[in-house]
Formats: sequence, C-alpha cells, structure tokens
Amino acid sequence: MSRQLTYAQAIHEALGQAMEADERVFIMGEDIGVYGGAFQVTGDLVHRFGEDRVMDTPISELGAAGVAIGAALAGSRPILEFQFSDFAILAMEQIVNQAAKMRFMLGGKVSVPLVMRMPSGSGTGAAAQHSQSLEAWLAHVPGLKVIQPSTPHDAKGLLLAAIDDPDPVMVFEHKLLYKLKGEVPEVSYRVPIGKAIVRREGTHATIVAASIMVHRSLEAAEELAAEGIELEVIDLRSLRPLDTETIIASVKKTSRLVCVYEGVKMLGIGAEISAMIAESEAFDYLDAPILRLGGADSPIPYNPVLEKAAVPQTSGIVEGVRKLVKGRI
Amino acid sequence: MPVEVILPKVDMDMATGKIVKWYVKDGDAVAKGMLLFEIETDKAAMEIDSPADGTISNITASEGAVVPVGEGVALIYQADETPSASKPVMHPLHPKLPEPRPDSAAALPTRAASGHILATPLARRLARLGRMDLKSIQGSGPRGRIMAGDVKQAPTPSVRPAAEQEDTSKHYEARTFDVAPLDGMRRAIAQRLTLSKQTIPHFYLTATCDLTNLLSMRESLNARAPVSEGKQPLWKLSINDFVIKAMALALRNVPDANVTWAGDSILKHHSSDMGVAVAVEGGLFTPVVRSAELKSLSQISVEMKDLASRARTRKLLPAEYQGGTTAISNLGMFGIEQFTAIINPPHATILAVGAGIERFVPVRGEPAPRTQMTCTLSCDHRAVDGAVAARLVAAFRSFIEEPALMLA
Amino acid sequence: MAKPATSRKSETDNLRPFYAQFAPDALKEALRRMILIRRFEEGAEEAYTRGLIHGTMHLSIGQEASAVGSTMMLRKSDYITSTHRGHGHCIGKGADPKLMFAEFFGKEEGYCHGRGGSMHIADAESGNLGANGIVAGGIPIAVGAALAIKKQKRDDVAVCFFGDGATNEGAFHEALNMAAIWKLPVIFVCENNKYGMSVSTERSMSVAHVADRAASYAMPGVIVDGNHIEDVAVAVGEAIARARAGGGPTLVECKTYRIRGHSKSDRNRYRSKEEIEDWKLRDPIGHFETELVARGMATPAEIAALNASVETEIAAGIEFARSGTDPNPSEVTRDVYTPGADP
Repeated sequence: MSRQLTYAQAIHEALGQAMEADERVFIMGEDIGVYGGAFQVTGDLVHRFGEDRVMDTPISELGAAGVAIGAALAGSRPILEFQFSDFAILAMEQIVNQAAKMRFMLGGKVSVPLVMRMPSGSGTGAAAQHSQSLEAWLAHVPGLKVIQPSTPHDAKGLLLAAIDDPDPVMVFEHKLLYKLKGEVPEVSYRVPIGKAIVRREGTHATIVAASIMVHRSLEAAEELAAEGIELEVIDLRSLRPLDTETIIASVKKTSRLVCVYEGVKMLGIGAEISAMIAESEAFDYLDAPILRLGGADSPIPYNPVLEKAAVPQTSGIVEGVRKLVKGRI
Repeated sequence: MPVEVILPKVDMDMATGKIVKWYVKDGDAVAKGMLLFEIETDKAAMEIDSPADGTISNITASEGAVVPVGEGVALIYQADETPSASKPVMHPLHPKLPEPRPDSAAALPTRAASGHILATPLARRLARLGRMDLKSIQGSGPRGRIMAGDVKQAPTPSVRPAAEQEDTSKHYEARTFDVAPLDGMRRAIAQRLTLSKQTIPHFYLTATCDLTNLLSMRESLNARAPVSEGKQPLWKLSINDFVIKAMALALRNVPDANVTWAGDSILKHHSSDMGVAVAVEGGLFTPVVRSAELKSLSQISVEMKDLASRARTRKLLPAEYQGGTTAISNLGMFGIEQFTAIINPPHATILAVGAGIERFVPVRGEPAPRTQMTCTLSCDHRAVDGAVAARLVAAFRSFIEEPALMLA
Repeated sequence: MAKPATSRKSETDNLRPFYAQFAPDALKEALRRMILIRRFEEGAEEAYTRGLIHGTMHLSIGQEASAVGSTMMLRKSDYITSTHRGHGHCIGKGADPKLMFAEFFGKEEGYCHGRGGSMHIADAESGNLGANGIVAGGIPIAVGAALAIKKQKRDDVAVCFFGDGATNEGAFHEALNMAAIWKLPVIFVCENNKYGMSVSTERSMSVAHVADRAASYAMPGVIVDGNHIEDVAVAVGEAIARARAGGGPTLVECKTYRIRGHSKSDRNRYRSKEEIEDWKLRDPIGHFETELVARGMATPAEIAALNASVETEIAAGIEFARSGTDPNPSEVTRDVYTPGADP
C-alpha cells in the first residue's frame, strides 16, 4: 500500500521540508497564513514556522514580486504564491523585466533564486479572469524557468528542485489537480527540471502534453487502445527548458505528433513544439501533419458547457487522434 | 427447436473465423449439406455446409464479420416452426485499423495542378532509401497524398526510376535538337503507362477475324442510313463502331473478363463501359462509351464522333474520359497489321485492333480472298486468367465474323 | 487640510552637524566623488557625441550632492538600488569609473560584461543591486533586500534611489506600504528634479511634495535641499541610523535639478533656459567647494589637485574602455541561466 497524498498535500509537504532544511527559505503570498491559502495549500505552515517565514502580503502583486526579487538578491530563498496565475499579470514588470533579466544584464554576476507558484487553468467556473493558462507567456521569456507538475509526486519533486534552483522558476499548478491523489514518498526528493517523462509507450502517435492534459491524454489512450491505436504519451513536466530530445525520439518512433495543451492554441506551447519538430531530424519521419489541440480562441466562458468546450477534453483528443492515425488529416 | 448454425473450428489453432461470403440469405430454404457460407482462414478458404433442412433465419454475422469459433451465426427453422420476431444481435465486424487503400474508381491526383507530388516526409524518406520514384506511387491520403504505407505497398522497381534519369541531351551535339517541355498530358501518359508496365503482369492473346460479313453489313447499313433535311446521312458506321459493340457484348457474355483490379479485391462491373483511344495533337485521350452493350451501332457511332471531335479540341469533361471497364485502340487506319497495347489502369484489358488486310485463305480446301483483321487482347493476369481471356476473345471474334449475332 | 507630517531640514536649523561629523579627509573624499561623478558624466557625454557609445544615456549632472550625500556613510554590505539616471549612485557606492566606461563601450571588461549598458550598471559584490531601466522598478527590490537583511538579523540597510516620476508608479506605493508594515531597514531617497522626463511635478503629482506621501505609509518624510550635500547627508544619515536600529523606513526628498535633458535625445522643450541657468548657479559642487574652503577644511590648491586627479582618472578610464575586448556574437546567450543547475 503506497503512501497517497493529494497534489495540494504534496506541495504543502515540499514547502515544509524545504523550510526545515534551509532557514533562508520563506513563503510569501496573499492569505497564505492563518487562512491557509486560497486552495488550502499552505495550510498549517504558519503555525509550524511562524509569520516571519509564512508572510501574508497586502494585495500588491507587483510590489510583492519585487520584494521577492530583492530578497533573493540579498541572500534569501523566497517562494512567492500568486493566488491565481491571472494575478501574476500585475507582477509582469518585475517578473519579466527584473527577475528574468537581472543575471544577464549584470553580466552573470548575480543569480535570482526565487520561486513563484500559482494555481492555473479552467474548470472551476471561475470565469475569464481567474481561469487562464499563461505558461506560454512566461515560457517565452529567456531567464525564467517554467514548470507544470501533473501528479502529486511531481508536484513535490519539481517544487523542491525549483527551490534549489538558482534561477527564477515559475510553477503552474492546475486547480483541478489539487485534489488528485497519488503516490508521494515521504523523503525529500527532486524531480529534475527540464526533463520530460514518457507516461505511456505506444507506436501509432505521440501525444505531448503537460499538467491536466496528461491525464486526459492517458484517458484517450485507453479508449483508443480498444480500437487498436496505441498512443505514446509524453508528460513535459517543464516548458522551459523544453526536453526536445525526448519528443524528437518519440516522433521518430511513431511518425505522428499531437500537441495537447490548455493554453490558447494560437502561439501556445504546441506551436513551439510543432515548429521544433519540423526543424528537427524527426521531420523526415512524419507520416502525417502535426495536430495541435489547444484552448479556444476566446476568454474562458462562465457557462460550464462552454467552459468545457473552450479547452481540450478527452473526447476531443480521441477524435483528433483517430482521424490523424487513419490518415484523414 | 431450431438448429443452430455455428462458426466451426476448421484449423487446429483457430480462435476466430471471418465470414467472407454467404450463399443464402435470410428466409431461404436450405437442405442438409447445401453450401451456406464461406470462411477465410490462414490457409485456404473453407466452405461451410448446412447442418439441416429447413428455412434459414436470424443471420447474425454478415460478410466481413469475425466470429469466435463455436458461436452461432444463424438458425435453421423446421417446417412447423416460426422464426422469432425480435431483431438478432449482430456479431461485430472486425474492428481493425483499416489499411490505406488506393481508390479504385478513378486515379487519385497524387500531383497537385502544379506538378508537385504530395507525399509525407516519411514517405519521401522511404522512397529515397528504397530508390523508388514517387511519381510511380499512388497516394491514398487526403488529396492523394502519398503516405509511408503507400510506399511500402508499392512494388520495388527493377529499373532505375525516371527521377534518376541522366541528362539525355548530353548525348547529342548542341543545336541539333529542340527541347520540348512536358505538358500535363505527356506527363500523365508517361507516369501512368510506366506504372502500368511496371506493376501489371501483362499477357497477350491474338486472334484473326474474317471481316467478310461485317464489311457487307456495314455497306448495306450505311447505304440505307436515314438522311437529315440537308440530305446528310444521320450516321455512318465505321469498322471501329462494330468493334466497340462486339467487344461490349463479348464482355457481357464473359462477365469474368469485365473486371478491374482493386488492390485487395476485384471489381466486377455490371456494364461494358468502353474506353476508345483517340489520337489528338500531342497525345491521346480515351473517352468512354458507357453501357455500350445496350447501345445500337448507330448510337455508338454518333457518340464516338462527338467524343472524338471534342477530344481533338480538348473539350472533353473529365467525367467523359475517366473510368471505363476496358479500352480499345485501333491503328488499322495506318496499315498496322498487329500490335500489342499497354493496359490503362484501372482496366484489366485492352484490345489492340489492326487493319483489315486482304489475303488468300483456304476456304473448303481452295484459296479464296478474304479481308482479315488481327486483334490482340492485353490482359492483367491478377484479375483475368488465360481461359477467361480466351473465352472473351472467342466471343468477340464470333460477333465480328457474324455481326448478325449482335442482334440476337 | 491636515498638516503634513513632513519636516524640512536646511541651513537655518542647526550648525551643520555634517561638518562636525565627518573628518576633513572624508569630506574631501566626498568632494572628490562629486567631481568624479561630474567629470564622469561629461566624459561619457563627450564619448557619446563622438559616436563611441551605443544607445542613449541619462546624465545626472547637477545631482551629485544627493548621490554622494546618500552613499558616503554606507558600508560595502549595505545595498543600494538605483534608477536609469544612476551613474552618480554607482560612483557614490564605490564603483570604478573605468569599469563603468568599459560597460558603456559594451566591452567584456565592463561591470556587466557589456550586456547591461548604462541603464543596468551594477556591482552586486559591493551591494550595488543596479541601475534600472524601469521607472520604480528598483523600489520593491530595495524593500526585498531590506527584508532579507532583517531575516538574516544583519544591521545593514538598503538605500533606494528614485525620481519624482517614480512616485506615481504603483510599485512605489506597494513597496512603501510593505516596508512600513514590516518595519524594514530601507531608506527611500527621492531625487525630485521637478520633471518626469518632460512632465513637471506640478502637472503630474497630486501633492506638492513627494515627502507628503510618506504620511500615507506611516513613515517619516523629510525634505532637504538636494544640492547641499550636508543637508542630504544629515537627513539620510539619520534615516540610516533609524533603520539600523530597527526603526523602520524613512522617505527623504532631495529637491534638486538635472542640468542636462532627460536623455541624449531631449530637446528641452518643456523647460526654459532661464530655469536651467538659475539652477546652474546653485551648482552642488560649487557650493561644497565654497563651504570647505570657507571652513578651512580644504585649500584651493587641494581642490585643484582633486580636479586634476579626477581628470587623469577619467581619461585613463576612457582609454581603458576604448581598448577593451568586444564580446563574441556566438556568446549571445551566455549567462541567461546559472550553470550547474538543471539542463
């Protein structure tokens, strides 16, 4: 009987273990103290570590991001929580102009070891301003690292790796995954940033996905297996750095590529992966056009049926892959 | 109590069987030992006989269904029993991944209008590695795109593909020749007939027909052709018109020869759609006279004149020259005695017709002058066997030598 | 209208504790620094007009007193954050002009290996967290450094430089609020030179003085004559002492003026020649030299020698920069990430 924690509990465990191991580590964010965090991730940490290390900030995303950067430059290892990834937009100046660029602008003489974690994605009826998937925005910025854990195991391991990382790491946690249970070892372990994992081996097509789309892709794979279509499912884990090697090797094997992502389809992570494959040696192994299944070209709607229709669902993945493998695209 | 018809185990390691043909249908009377259906196994196909007398009903496996060994596929009701009214639950058809197959109805354009070949990167790579010419491969993907499966199915050519054609002009002294660039028709002829010769196993049957009766009938019919108001005859029969009709009827009489090869099946056509080669400036067209076996000589003649004239002015619609179940090529007007023609895919036959030549032949032991026409039928051995082809030629010959038979 | 909580310190108040607090050598060093800033700016300007410097620059000629007055008491372990007009702050924190020139010339020998340029000059080793190309960009960062200081139980401080325009940015308000609620050892030094690029404070700021805003964040707000080094140093010195002792942040507003335009492309259409000339008469270096001589702490000869040594240093610096190493284009992505971390 393996040890099962929810995704949220796994993050909570990582934060606690990191703070115990290194007194420089502290958390800041809105309502993360006695309230326990909007998604109950930080929970009881303020009682264990005190208000100095679990700091409630005012509603000042831009200022708080700058404070985190300054603290990181001066020897701390801050973990900033944005209540929703949508609110990170208020902090973009500090994230993109300062944190991402400081090391480079200063000739490599400083590092900015900070972590910014945020709940992301749609499906809770929170509507347009609380449901976005902005990981592609930040993955577009050199100097940042961007990760998207899909399982409780990865949520803990990737976060601990992010806290260790000397550069700014943006962690996109999917809201619908917080209650997902999975096996999580009790020890303090790391999942390497920048390395994808093959969740399921297959021969007819490669699906590249991250976060919740990994789960929908695996569901689709089960359905398609009954029709004799065997999908290979790659869990990116990190968007930046992107594990191009794993994707290329897989596409060379299957000859078909499907990118599934929640971010808006146009100019999203699938666009990058498609182009990267077209430029790589995997190009000569493609036996079909590359298929992208991404978010609709609209803000996330409130109505639940529309909300589901705005992002890839398992049935859409099944349909798309089936058409692709049968040579109808 | 109805007798259950099961899918029997016929091979030692057989777990399922696929029903490929039913010889009876729901409600038919059957007798014990009578052929009910045929199943496909890894070895030869197996005929399955009826286990009882009665009326067969509740057929739950249609052609193509894959059934586990021992499961029931039908019920035979005795005389005093009535079949149940409820709809039977059908065995599912085999849910396998369909192989890409070439469209047999009409040649898919593997090339875009610009001449660019549509092929996936993997297909190109495989063709390159296999030293195969993409121009010779039929694509089964969208818009005729060649996919890896198409390349794998294409036979490896034993000759160097045309793509590696050396620069021929370097054999000739400069300024002793003009370069004529290839137009669409020339390219199409080159591609299709090369493909035909490389992939179709041709064999040839030659027969010589006595034209005496045909020529006499033709003369007498043309003399009595109805005239228009301007005193022009409404039709004028040519020898070729007789040839078209004769061949059409021959195919009706030998339906096993009225076929086309479809990759994993053979299409058996219900009508004789006759492609007739018409020489035009720079190439040739093969307009199709459809259901020629049902048309009179004069109808065929008028239609051919129209098709031929529009072919020469390149005003034929694609629907008028695509398809067809066979083809006829006549070089008799040039004095050619005999020749063999190349089959136009997707046909399985083509008849090459020579000139009418007067010769002395023995008639009841004495030499007599007779006009003879030598015809050679080219056949695709995948679809048409020698005996079938011979019967076709014999039928054709009999209609040519005794044209009145075409009325019977 | 509530009485503002700001206070104004000037020559009419006390007996210039500045001149008592600092030994003559320290004062002469402060003067030298101011002259160094001046000559540095002029040297950079000349190199720029000769086409030797890429991009643009934001000169702080006329603001030397606020730069030196705010930094002369700092330790190496104290932090500063600066602005796009940050050459003076850099030199005040001890930066080497030749490495600054090398940076402007885009050379590998520059402080940022040629990657940052004028707006991103920094020397993190000596606590200079850098000039910043975003108005108010450095303010929350200074607060963050102060937060780290407090967590590490150091008695260092962070001095945060910014202009009048920055006080209208959201980041300013958020940062001051947080510095106050957490009682952080940060000194906010506003160099109010009356213009945010071309728009005057009268047209852009809802209050008369930047220091008036301090009350909103429950911290002391002090106004000083930014062209008098002594006033700046005393006010900032008090604020530093308060911060080191755990008393939290202070906002010091230095009223000053930039003689040159906002950047090299400024046509000065928004201010009058008279205004500029008027402020030239209040030259901070001239004022300080006069005071030192008047108090017998420096002789004209010493001052002349200071000037000469600065000229030499500047000339050598420019020469050093000119003969520096150009970066290799193949290394365009060097130092985006820290090596030794994950792939």
